[in-house]
Amino acid sequence: MNQNGHHPKQKTIILNGREVAFFEGETVYEVAQRNQQDIPTLCYDDRLEPFGGCRLCVVDVEGMRNPVASCTFQATPGLVVNTHTERIETHRKTLLEMVVSENRELEVDPLRGYASQELTDLVSLYEAQTGRFQGSQSGTTNTEDDNPFIFRDYDLCISCYRCVRVCAEEEGDYAISIMNRGFETQITTEFNGLLKDSACTFCGQCVQTCPTGALGDLKAMRAASIPLPIAKTRTICPYCGVGCSVDVLTKGDQIVGIHPAMDGPANEGALCIKGQFAFDFVQHGDRLKTPLIRGEDGRFHPASWDEALDRAADGFQKVEEQYGRHAVYGVASGRAPHEAAYTMQKFIRAGYGTHNIDNCSRA
Amino acid sequence: MSNPLRDMEKPDVIFCIGTNMTEAHPVAATRLKKALAKGAKMIVADPRVIGLAQKADIYMQLRVGSDSALLLAMANVIAEAGLIDEGFIDERTVKGETFLDHVKQFPPEWAEEITGVPAATIREAALLYGQADRGAIYYTLGITEHICGVDNVQSLCNLALMTGNIGREGTGINPMRGQNNIQGAGDCGALPNNYVGFQSVIDPENQAKFEKAYGRPMDREKGMTKVTALNLCGKGVHAMLIDGENTVVSDPDREHCEHALRALDHLVVIDIFMTETAELADVVLPATAWGETDGVCTNTERRVQRLRAAVPPQGDAKPDWWIVSQLAQRLGFSGFDYTHPKEVFNEICELSPIYYGLDWDRIEHSEYQWPVPEEGHPGTPRLHEESFINGRGIFSVVTYRDPAETISEEYPVWLTTGRRLESYHTRTQTGRAQGIEYLLPEERLEVHPADVQDWGLLDGEWARLSSPRGSVKVKVMATDRSPRGTVFASFSFADVPINILTGGGYDPATHTAELKVCPVRVEPVNN
Ligand code: SF4
Ligand code: SF4
Ligand code: FES
Repeated sequence: MNQNGHHPKQKTIILNGREVAFFEGETVYEVAQRNQQDIPTLCYDDRLEPFGGCRLCVVDVEGMRNPVASCTFQATPGLVVNTHTERIETHRKTLLEMVVSENRELEVDPLRGYASQELTDLVSLYEAQTGRFQGSQSGTTNTEDDNPFIFRDYDLCISCYRCVRVCAEEEGDYAISIMNRGFETQITTEFNGLLKDSACTFCGQCVQTCPTGALGDLKAMRAASIPLPIAKTRTICPYCGVGCSVDVLTKGDQIVGIHPAMDGPANEGALCIKGQFAFDFVQHGDRLKTPLIRGEDGRFHPASWDEALDRAADGFQKVEEQYGRHAVYGVASGRAPHEAAYTMQKFIRAGYGTHNIDNCSRA
Repeated sequence: MSNPLRDMEKPDVIFCIGTNMTEAHPVAATRLKKALAKGAKMIVADPRVIGLAQKADIYMQLRVGSDSALLLAMANVIAEAGLIDEGFIDERTVKGETFLDHVKQFPPEWAEEITGVPAATIREAALLYGQADRGAIYYTLGITEHICGVDNVQSLCNLALMTGNIGREGTGINPMRGQNNIQGAGDCGALPNNYVGFQSVIDPENQAKFEKAYGRPMDREKGMTKVTALNLCGKGVHAMLIDGENTVVSDPDREHCEHALRALDHLVVIDIFMTETAELADVVLPATAWGETDGVCTNTERRVQRLRAAVPPQGDAKPDWWIVSQLAQRLGFSGFDYTHPKEVFNEICELSPIYYGLDWDRIEHSEYQWPVPEEGHPGTPRLHEESFINGRGIFSVVTYRDPAETISEEYPVWLTTGRRLESYHTRTQTGRAQGIEYLLPEERLEVHPADVQDWGLLDGEWARLSSPRGSVKVKVMATDRSPRGTVFASFSFADVPINILTGGGYDPATHTAELKVCPVRVEPVNN
């Protein structure tokens, strides 16, 4: 080991004056990230192939006249890189000003999506003025699309193509395409139509990667006006056996939306329509809120827990007395947590000494 | 699954059979799509032209219920072509010789007659899988929900064993689990043949262990399966405690189910909604839902993960474990004085060898896949790397059997059932999520356009579907996803109770219902 703490044979670059090691194939951006040198990005999503479109991630490389995009530039031995020179910072600010000139609003509600604050945050970080470039706005809102999940407000689009790339690279669906180029660029579906009629499966991946809120989570946005902070709770999707990790978004006691967990081991940031959008059954008005006992009249009547449990226990007791311990059967759920299934089987085994327990056996 | 989900990006040959993965397990399917983008080849066997079929290199449109014939013929071709992994068979398996001898009788020409898949295609598929460096098999209910479900799974194991496609990265036999915690329910011992952690109830050592743990004598005979119990309602089974399962809608032969549950002296249902099953109960107990409950679940790759409450319960709803424990305490059962789900989970770990190295705090970050036999063990992402659980892999000599009911003059059409992307199970949950109805407002019977015409149906109009057990009305959708002579519907909508029709038979070993195949008659309804 030498004084910088790495093996002498390991390949290194000089990053902001410090010698740091890199791995074969790493980009300058990745090396910087690992070494806590924060480079701003807009078109970058670490799950996707680097694209090099926004040029916000540019850095100065000694011996090169122009700044290079660090997200696509591979590290090579001896490279001397500076990530935050005055020239670079000015360049970034100018770029951001150009980008925001295309955008009519900068206050984007965080409920629009996981990455929706990226542009806004950078603009305030760089104090980038708006309105310097009066370019024609790129894209317009698709108001015809009546789908209940995905908000499409292309006035905010900065043409970073993250939505297009996540759809193609992560989902393999190719539901979103690009029409035209430059200021005329418009992100759209195949044939510029309704998402419903495209290959879109409403997985919400495009929404969650959009750095501007041009794409938004319509279901979550319903709660935008609730004047409470957003809290996040990490859990697992309640639907299928893939077991995707999610963050449940709440305001007060209300579930308002779902974010995919980028570090979820099963999903690595991906979700499907059920995990992303089908959460609101939890607080639906149809939920059972109190125990119910069937009365003499054959109808259900609300009861206290004590009454209901007494009545439930009483029935099991009578059946055991009359027919023996093998007359009681238990069916556990494939949807409830372990603790439910375990206590259910223990109820039968420890209670009756039998193995008359099963679950919904469909694989 | 024998292999972790991340291995799905690694095979060079993928074989999907009886799994509509892009709809039932969409996020897992995205991993396969990545493998394809990297150049993997894919074989798909399914009666319907499902999403995966459109991306397949070889697609085998087999007749419903004929899987084991197809798999026997594939084994025949692999053996004949000398593509077997002799070293693996010698070192890691038993009964290889018997099996290789057995499959000689089943050439692809024989299977063509049964499956309808051209012999040449079967040959091509078998050679592709047989030549793979890393061949991986994926399957779901399309394989198990048959009277021959066990034979089908064993046939898949045979293919993996003979080619040595197991215990390595990007290989394996990988069932995709349907419900979020169906794996966990089995892990926890909610099975008539196993204690927690798949410890057999007929083993005297386990009997002694649990008599001590639960403080009472235990039967050494297996319990009855749910199917048997439903058959015996009122004739031996007189009380049931059902937790969160809409048996009446999801199980086959709905009329039989309802009838059975009505015959009970006492039925207690724990659930989050008033389901069709809860409607029949004497007492209904409201449980907390996902998002309101702290607990643990295990996914299809055996990953043990924490569920966390984000909001308080609705009304008076209580966690399932609390409800069951309160009931047990009232009946004088001991060992139910839990005050927190953590105590329940830690007891599960204590009593099961596959969870022994885990506890509530250790699973905080989802990094463990069982077995985790002791503290400090890193978990087991991939099963069977060095050896099989019981030592050696056993080849099973399976043969082909017809489905319990086959098409006849009276019921000339095959009905097959399944799941759709937007809805889940009996829709007690997705049916109450806003927006889902925009994509999936109602059930449709998928019929090949030529059959629509031949049978006098109209696209978008009503048809009547009948089996020996009953009939339902459903709207027709003309689509060439369905093959000629086979129709498809999901069992998700209560107003189109498809499971009135199904239920002609069960797998004799697992008692899994034959939900995938049912001969029916399809007629137009004129009104
Ligand atoms: S819609 Fe969003 S993600 Fe897509 S290109 Fe525009 S800004 Fe980028
Ligand atoms: S998000 Fe979709 S794929 Fe993931 S666990 Fe939920 S239902 Fe399954
Ligand atoms: S982040 Fe590098 S070019 Fe956009």
